[in-house]
Amino acid sequence: MLNPYLPYPVRISDVRVETEDKTLRTFEFEFLHEKDAKAFAYHPGQFAELSIPGVGESPIGIASSPTEGNKLLFTVFRAGSVTSKLHGMKVGDVMGVRGPMGNWYPLDQNEGKNLVIIAGGYAVTTLRSTMVWLQDPKNRSRFGEIDFIYGARTPGMLLYRDEMEAWQNKGGVRCHVTVDREFPDWNGLTGFVPAVVERLAPKPDNAIALVCGPPVMIKFTQPVLDKCGWKSDQIFLSLENRMKCGIGICGRCNVGHQYVCKDGPVFSKAELDELPVEY
Amino acid sequence: MQYKILSKDSLAGFVEALSKEYTVYAPKRDKKVPNKMVWKVLEADETPTFEFVNTEMSPKDFVFPQSECMMRFKAEGKEAMVLKPVEMDTERRVLLNVRPCDAKGLSFMDMIFCQDEQTNDVYWRDKRERTVMIGLACNNPCPSCFCLEANCGPHHEAGLDILMVDLGVNLLVKPLTERGKSIAASLPDAEAGEPERAAIIKRHAEDAMKKTFSTERVEQRSLMELYNLPYWERVCETCINCGTCTFVCPTCHCFDIQDEMPANGDTGRRVRNWDYCMAPLFTLHTSGHNPRGKKVARVRQRFMHKYKYIPMKRGGEVGCVGCGRCVRLCPVNIDIRDVINAMNAPDATAEGREV
Amino acid sequence: MMPARTEAIRAAARRLLEAGRVDAVIGYTQGTIPLRAQPFIAYTPEECDKLIWSSFCGGNLASIASGRTDRVAVVAQGCVSRNLNGLVHEKRIKRENLYIIGVPCLGMLDQRKVEAKLMGRNIETLKSDPEEDLGGIVITGCNSTRECFVEFIKRRDVKRDNCYTCMHRNPVGADEVVAEPVSETAGGDIDAVAAPWARFDADRRWDEFTKNFEDCIRCHACRDVCPLCYCTTCFVDESNPQWCGKTQDPADVQTFHILRAFHCAGRCTDCGACETACPQGIKMRRLTSMLEKDVRAKWGHEPGMDCDTKPPLSTYRPDDPEDHFK
Repeated sequence: MLNPYLPYPVRISDVRVETEDKTLRTFEFEFLHEKDAKAFAYHPGQFAELSIPGVGESPIGIASSPTEGNKLLFTVFRAGSVTSKLHGMKVGDVMGVRGPMGNWYPLDQNEGKNLVIIAGGYAVTTLRSTMVWLQDPKNRSRFGEIDFIYGARTPGMLLYRDEMEAWQNKGGVRCHVTVDREFPDWNGLTGFVPAVVERLAPKPDNAIALVCGPPVMIKFTQPVLDKCGWKSDQIFLSLENRMKCGIGICGRCNVGHQYVCKDGPVFSKAELDELPVEY
Repeated sequence: MQYKILSKDSLAGFVEALSKEYTVYAPKRDKKVPNKMVWKVLEADETPTFEFVNTEMSPKDFVFPQSECMMRFKAEGKEAMVLKPVEMDTERRVLLNVRPCDAKGLSFMDMIFCQDEQTNDVYWRDKRERTVMIGLACNNPCPSCFCLEANCGPHHEAGLDILMVDLGVNLLVKPLTERGKSIAASLPDAEAGEPERAAIIKRHAEDAMKKTFSTERVEQRSLMELYNLPYWERVCETCINCGTCTFVCPTCHCFDIQDEMPANGDTGRRVRNWDYCMAPLFTLHTSGHNPRGKKVARVRQRFMHKYKYIPMKRGGEVGCVGCGRCVRLCPVNIDIRDVINAMNAPDATAEGREV
Repeated sequence: MMPARTEAIRAAARRLLEAGRVDAVIGYTQGTIPLRAQPFIAYTPEECDKLIWSSFCGGNLASIASGRTDRVAVVAQGCVSRNLNGLVHEKRIKRENLYIIGVPCLGMLDQRKVEAKLMGRNIETLKSDPEEDLGGIVITGCNSTRECFVEFIKRRDVKRDNCYTCMHRNPVGADEVVAEPVSETAGGDIDAVAAPWARFDADRRWDEFTKNFEDCIRCHACRDVCPLCYCTTCFVDESNPQWCGKTQDPADVQTFHILRAFHCAGRCTDCGACETACPQGIKMRRLTSMLEKDVRAKWGHEPGMDCDTKPPLSTYRPDDPEDHFK
């Protein structure tokens, strides 16, 4: 009988410091048991509980794409006790991963459409997963044009910069990477994400938008999309809330009749319009 | 359905037979606190009491213990930092004289703990399968009961293996599951007229219950309309935000998972504990942001969850069985029936004070 | 006929709201089931008609007043008025924002003790709750076979434990008092019963203590109903650092109760709300009343007798009896 609370044992196979302030690191995990790697079949937008025995668990979006083989990546911001402990761990250390959890971005249901992908800060992780998934030849041909809009506070806080340059050079993908203000040696866009979206004015025709970012970014991006003529059922947002079980029982992430961990984390704006803002 | 009969005189023998295969628990009068009924093992020479309203705590603890060790791990050595599930205890138990509301509570929670392949709580399911439920119908519901309004009833059968109705000298035994049938198999068949007497008793019990609220408008109103009622400020004023209502509730099931690394020894454990939506830290994000930081939001959450969110999600089923424990034990006597009435009031916006 | 105290409380509340002297009156209204009263806040003179006084006003309204910034009147018996004074001292309420409607108190009745007299029979109505005349309450109900009964229960048999030994039944520092003063003490010897396990040796005392708290479900109602407990985050909830485990292990449960009792020592007025609130009927006062007895013996201090005196455990005097201060 499957125990949904039992994490798969994993070993840290790589650790990368991602940002200049060292608050973000990317961890690569390998499963101790080959069969667990098979069982851990996921989609872009899902998350998992990173589980450190003796400290606890923390729900983190999966940064890698299933198209990358067994490479399982999480980019983790150092915040609470679990993530602080994780930042102190090194290659070879054993811990647990429990998942995959939640729903995912509705890509399969929106074949043939253009995509506008909007990310803010370190919430970009599951959208990195999405972008990598979309680069896969099998998937790329199924979608139209892709606009990828991503903002961070400073150039030093941008995640996955090298990869984004590679995406840019492939057909049909436009990357719009912005930082909050002017910086020396920064030639890219400046300004907050909502302002960049407003300048780009992405067309809603035959398109969906995927949005993941801090609450303040989401709050100010929504009216911009509204102004551009986007309908609520074209916009998909990924939420976060405090979680424990991750499988829709323990009640912690409950918002209205939905559980962010199981019914989400991805909701259409149409769904969120019917819910209290308890996230 | 073959009704059986069990005379109270021969109860000792029935319990003894059960005790061969099961540990038999029944509501007993507590030795420390006056008039408090607690779930305890029925000893060999004991017969259960039939003169009680209900136990202070619901029996959910048998299936969903307040603290439950889920996994253990070693900090060092081979397989260090790999969590291993604990071995489940194997006690097979009978809950004798469980009230129908509490049985319905467990069957309600089956729906939450075992939703599908992914959400299938092995800790819950294992204990649930090992627990036989022999119910005792309520012939005399108390003033804080409102099971009929909560889609339950004094003779409700959900979640039970057997329902017994107290006919005075005898108990009418109605087996409801295969397991119940085999337990009752050796009992004599009921005589003609006895099931009819039980039906009259049931009707009297239901008639004795005053209808205290209805939920038509709660169903019709949108989630956000109910959420935005000014009334919530009024309930919140006197709520002390303790966890009593949730802990005594047979359907409240929120929990926390905690790790413990003992200072001595190298074995740590992962434990789950009951938790409650009234606690400010329940929803606190690591960033410091709290989606339900205000007391009014937490108070609203409990009632909305039970009577709007769960029905929306679970085909109209409410997250309440009307046992009345929260009414009786709330330190400030916040009465869920008043709250539902306010949610259901014709002009809901007129209720309470604008703030 | 409306009981005299209820009538006087309503009149005072109405007058205060009509005159604009206060924004709200915190009192009790009729409970939704027999043997209960419900805290209630009246904002308009009309709402004052809902206020009542009964033998079941066993919460502590000081907790509800605590931290409010509007001008409130609080209906308070002796213990609660002393808590209000303490909260003024601890700057939880401004005295100028507070109006104490004092109620000389005859003691509250214990719901559990009343129910125990009826041995599991249902209580349907509380027919009368006379304040003094009959010396008891009349209850009607029926048993499991629906035979009805009427029962008279004497007040003196079913009072809350703390009300037998109360030493300040009249409100302290009230702005007005709604009834004739009652005899100041309830007659019981508080020092004789305050520490029921003091006579045992350490091992036995530990056993008794362990047994006393073993049924705790950690709902924290005792803490949340207590006017002394207003920390923004209680040590028991704090998770970073975590002072106390969250499980039902006896060590975690005991840590909570011991630490809470010490946090309240020298500030507790023995109002009994913790025991009334406890869904498990745990005798919290076996700890708290012992500490208050020590505070009385060592420093001659009674909490909340005015708004100025510092509780002894939050101050220092050169003649402190403890050696480690010297």
